[in-house]
Amino acid sequence: MKLNTVKIIAAVVASLGALVAAPAHAGKTLDGIKARGQVICGVHTGLAGFSAADSTGKWNGLDSDICRAIAAATLGDGDKVKYVPLPAQARFTALQSGEVDVLSRNTTFTLTRDASLGLNQTAVTYYDGQGFMVPVKSKIKSAKQLKGQTVCVQSGTTTEKNLTDYSKANGLSVKPVVFEKLEAVEGAYFSGRCIAYTTDASGLASVRNKSAKNPADHIILPEIISKEPLGPLVRRGDDEWFAIVKWVVYGLIEAEEYGVTQANVDAMKTSADPVVGRILGTTEDTGKLLGLDKEWLARAIKTTGNYGEIFERNVGPKSALQLPRGLNNLWNKGGIMYAYPVR
Amino acid sequence: MTRQAPPRKKKISWRSQAFRGLVYQILAVTAIGLAIWFLAHNTATNMRLRGIQSGFDFLTSAAGFDIGESLYPFDSGEAYWRAFLIGVTNTLRVAVLGIILTTVIGTLIGVGRFSRNALVRGLCTTYIEVFRNIPILLQLLMWYLLFTELLPASTEPMVLGPLFLSKGGLNFPIPIWASGHLWAAGGLVAGMGLAWWQRRRAIQAFERTGLPSSMFWKPLAIVVAAGLAGWLLGGAPLALDSPKQGEFAIENGGSLTPEFLSVLLGLTIYTAAFVAEVVRSGIQSVPRGQAEAASALGLNQAQEMRLVMLPQALRVIIPPMTNQYLNLTKNSSLAVAIGYPDVVSIANTAINQTGRAVECISVIMLVYLSTSLATSLLMNWYNARAAIKER
Repeated sequence: MKLNTVKIIAAVVASLGALVAAPAHAGKTLDGIKARGQVICGVHTGLAGFSAADSTGKWNGLDSDICRAIAAATLGDGDKVKYVPLPAQARFTALQSGEVDVLSRNTTFTLTRDASLGLNQTAVTYYDGQGFMVPVKSKIKSAKQLKGQTVCVQSGTTTEKNLTDYSKANGLSVKPVVFEKLEAVEGAYFSGRCIAYTTDASGLASVRNKSAKNPADHIILPEIISKEPLGPLVRRGDDEWFAIVKWVVYGLIEAEEYGVTQANVDAMKTSADPVVGRILGTTEDTGKLLGLDKEWLARAIKTTGNYGEIFERNVGPKSALQLPRGLNNLWNKGGIMYAYPVR
Repeated sequence: MTRQAPPRKKKISWRSQAFRGLVYQILAVTAIGLAIWFLAHNTATNMRLRGIQSGFDFLTSAAGFDIGESLYPFDSGEAYWRAFLIGVTNTLRVAVLGIILTTVIGTLIGVGRFSRNALVRGLCTTYIEVFRNIPILLQLLMWYLLFTELLPASTEPMVLGPLFLSKGGLNFPIPIWASGHLWAAGGLVAGMGLAWWQRRRAIQAFERTGLPSSMFWKPLAIVVAAGLAGWLLGGAPLALDSPKQGEFAIENGGSLTPEFLSVLLGLTIYTAAFVAEVVRSGIQSVPRGQAEAASALGLNQAQEMRLVMLPQALRVIIPPMTNQYLNLTKNSSLAVAIGYPDVVSIANTAINQTGRAVECISVIMLVYLSTSLATSLLMNWYNARAAIKER
């Protein structure tokens, strides 16, 4: 949409302006956050289960919970977050230019993004993979049946390239119809302009639940055609801030592994388990090493719950999205969620 | 002894107006140059410091994404600049067709506002007021919605003779290539030459004898007949590649996607309203005496418009018309909202795949700038040609 193009140009111009105004040296991100009393978090414009504003303007979802956990760890209050909804194409520019402190926006970690955008990828918060959704009445059972079909896809995503790779590898010659806005992709798919809709499997579940008239009319095909490790990104050049964001994510995963939950976090402070003692800062002060206080992780857990709770609440089997835990289960429970030890 | 002319005294004095002007101009150019250099240098330096890679080298690396529709085949393994080229051709395709259709429709509507028939006049006025007062983006979305919501699915298309209309777009038969088509094309070219010669002779005859002869229908008949003759000579190839119902979609034949049709329709109908107003004002600028003189000479209303009013109005119309053409071309960037792969859409994808935002935005700007300048140049040339030659 024109508006978005304008936004990109505005972002580019703004970033140029920012570069002119403050050449070279970026102040420490954490100092900035403390001074303004807010973490500025780049999120999705509206993806149920990951980050979407409800009717009262409160942001819910896995991605926005990570922002809240970061705010709780750094500022002591999970509500001290300013959410900046970003379209896919503007997200990296917004982070590069310093418009946001952290980008927690359903973003896939890739080599190109790591090496060439001046950004750092922190820790994975959701292991996803790209899938296809088709109407049940199309009688398509496998992605291999999509030969010569039109597929709706959003621009500014890794999805576009994956689709091409898969189409080429399987000789499908699918015709992509590329839209800039998520709403436009959904509209085109549900009106029947495209036979299939492709994005990350979690996104498909989100769209099916939120936008389909009858979710049962659409099936997600079994093929998962890519690896999509999603997680928060930060700007390069501030290693301390990079470490904080990374360890907030690891801390939440570690908390699940050792049974620290939102409900029992206070009671657990008396636990004799040395690992729990480290997590909650009762025995060792891990926060000091990160430039925070010793209760940093305890506050984060108190605000959002551990990783498992965040998952269950936003996207898990009991939520509207009903996604299975799958790969996102802990490493010792059949998944690949593996946090470095908090010690 | 030769006498040299005394050396002319150079007026390097602040009192000289020419000198002051020169200094001011140099100062202004230097300031602009410095500002541009400062911005570019700062951007480059800071991007380097922040580890953001920049440069246009990515244009030669493989794009890696597919493009839904293109005038000629594109493979994802081709380079980014080839992908951009597809985007540019898609933009130009809409712009050129749009400009032609807009001119025709706009002129008809503009002339229609002078009709003696109240219904025609009213309809034309309504058309203009409705379509020029609704934002173009809304109109594009409306057309796209009409196409994708109201038309039947591509598994059960509307069949209009050889045409298939569905959510998949418009599918139509295309002739299967045969050498006979080359003959037909040759016939057409020959016919055009012949028609031009015939028309010249008719004009000469008219100037000599004063007897009017058809300047339009006869040449047209010659062109058609010559084309037909060429086609027959080439063996009259009739084979058509007709669209047919496939399992999930319509196969074979040529096709126009709903995205393309929506953009073309939206831009044409919107801009035609403005063109109609330009045409109307152009016609009104011709002095009334001209129309009266034409009537006095016994020309009927159609002849009066075609032979007297329009040729004179044209001179006034061309400059504002150029504006409308430029607007149409630039508005085509809105196509990205409905998924038409124009140059903006391709650049959006490229920005995300490579992260080179500054570079890709510059490419877009360069494309629109050069397209607009080319259009302007062409129209200025035409304007100079059509202007009244004062002797």
